[in-house]
Amino acid sequence: MTTLALTVSDSRTMLRRSLKHQLRYPSMTVMLVGLPIVLLLLFVYVFGGQLGASLGAHGGRGAYLDYVVPGVLLIAVASVVQGTSIMVAMDMTGGIIDRFRTMAIARASVLIGHVLGSLIQTLAAVAILIGVAFGLGFHASAGPLAWLAAIGILALFAVALIWLAVALGLAAKSVETASNTPMVLLLLLFLSSGFVATATMPTGLRQFAEYQPFTAVADSVRGLLTGATIGDHAIIAIAWSIGISVVAYLWAIRLYNRRRAAEPR
Amino acid sequence: MTNLPAATGIATRNVRKSFADHVALDNVSLAADEGTILALLGPNGAGKTTMVRILSTLIPADSGSIRVAGHDVVTDADGVRAVIGVTGQFSAVDNLLTGAENLQLMADLRHLGRRAGRRRVTELLDQFDLADAAHKLLSTYSGGMRRRLDLAMTLVNQPAVIFLDEPTAGLDPRSRRTMWQIIRELTSAGVTILLTTQYLDEADQLADRIVVLDHGRIVAEGTPAELKGRVPGGHVRLYFADVHDLRSAAGLLSAAAPDEDQLVLQVPAYGTVDSVRDLLNKLHEARISVERLSIHTPDLDDVFLAVTGSHVSGQPHQDRTLQGAQQR
Repeated sequence: MTTLALTVSDSRTMLRRSLKHQLRYPSMTVMLVGLPIVLLLLFVYVFGGQLGASLGAHGGRGAYLDYVVPGVLLIAVASVVQGTSIMVAMDMTGGIIDRFRTMAIARASVLIGHVLGSLIQTLAAVAILIGVAFGLGFHASAGPLAWLAAIGILALFAVALIWLAVALGLAAKSVETASNTPMVLLLLLFLSSGFVATATMPTGLRQFAEYQPFTAVADSVRGLLTGATIGDHAIIAIAWSIGISVVAYLWAIRLYNRRRAAEPR
Repeated sequence: MTNLPAATGIATRNVRKSFADHVALDNVSLAADEGTILALLGPNGAGKTTMVRILSTLIPADSGSIRVAGHDVVTDADGVRAVIGVTGQFSAVDNLLTGAENLQLMADLRHLGRRAGRRRVTELLDQFDLADAAHKLLSTYSGGMRRRLDLAMTLVNQPAVIFLDEPTAGLDPRSRRTMWQIIRELTSAGVTILLTTQYLDEADQLADRIVVLDHGRIVAEGTPAELKGRVPGGHVRLYFADVHDLRSAAGLLSAAAPDEDQLVLQVPAYGTVDSVRDLLNKLHEARISVERLSIHTPDLDDVFLAVTGSHVSGQPHQDRTLQGAQQR
């Protein structure tokens, strides 16, 4: 088998394993999809009246729902990657990784399986959430192309965060650590335009919010779905995604290979 | 790199490995012919696991040459990986899958093909008595079942060389016997096995050759019989109620060294029923009463004691099986 064929074949096997894990660990899968749904309801029905009123003449709870959907989709992404980190750390702290390392398989396939599995999980969570949002009365003005573009940007950003989560899972000394570190991503999401317009924030925070990736992604997705202005946000979102992907990928591969050398046991 | 015979089996020459300032392996040369079992025997920290990790391509040696089934572990690591199977000290199973799925995962990663893979999975489930639990999640498996599955996963591709790192650690005596039986059957199929163990009887039972490691060095090697031949024969220990009887017995049975503090007399003997009966008759006729006795046949602990000056586990001899069983 050529190296490429081997990588494809082994990655497919590892992807199957990862998907089975998601089915066998339903509590985590449900939590990953359930959390964003609960937050969506919370944002729309608890905060939505007040926050929606500030959205201008056409404001209100419905307008806030339209505003907040991209933010909630990003919660789904951030919460799935927390699972990625946990799964990777579970693999690395268990004995199974040593078994894989003593087999003639494509080395990267272990990580690729997790990445593809998480990506599928993200897309499933996003699909469910969009369905729930429509059920609550979400208005999208987007045509099929705009939908595709919005999902594409979300997926690209998800890949970036998933690789980051893989690296964090590899860097973690324990599964507990791995489950905590991606929390930072949720915090970053709250410090973006995901839930409130950055214009309402104090100066220092506003500047931070405007220049961080979650704002770029949230604004592009919102623009594509609801027809709000996008500006250069899409380009910035794509640049961020590719940049984070490359750095996180290199970091992850380095951690994965280095683990081999040390370890006096 | 010195050249080693290209033959099958396992051959290493002058393997060295240090972690920081700790020397884990110091010039270790091993050889196991095809179809034989080589046991690495030694206490915790002797370097056994490090040796297995090097042989199975998990970590590189600092120096030395290593060939496994004719492949060099440095220049042809994937060649080695394709023909070996490793069962480590820590269970290397996927806890979120069923037994059958774990085996299928291995079959897929070994690229057996769909039909051959399925057939092999069924075969192994039957062979390892796991067919009934095949579709149950691993969380329902007992320790012995997990260990059997672990070994079955190692055998999916019918490896030529198998490394077993403490394969029976933590198992109850019955599961241990089952595991021994399985290991013996493997060699009859021509598989070469390197196993590590802290259990002396395990090495004695299974191995064709034993290498005794201590602090990363080989301190003794040979067949179990050769090693046992290097230590003095067995003895009977007689325990007395008072020093009087002890002294009379010591006078009666020449060549005995009485221990007056413990009231114990050690007499050379071979543990056969006849020799013990003769001994007791002799004492009875002389009207010397013995409280109790224990019979000690030479085993590998004596070898270890003879070559290193300390017991394998650092514990009194009698406790070692129990102590071994509690290791995990």
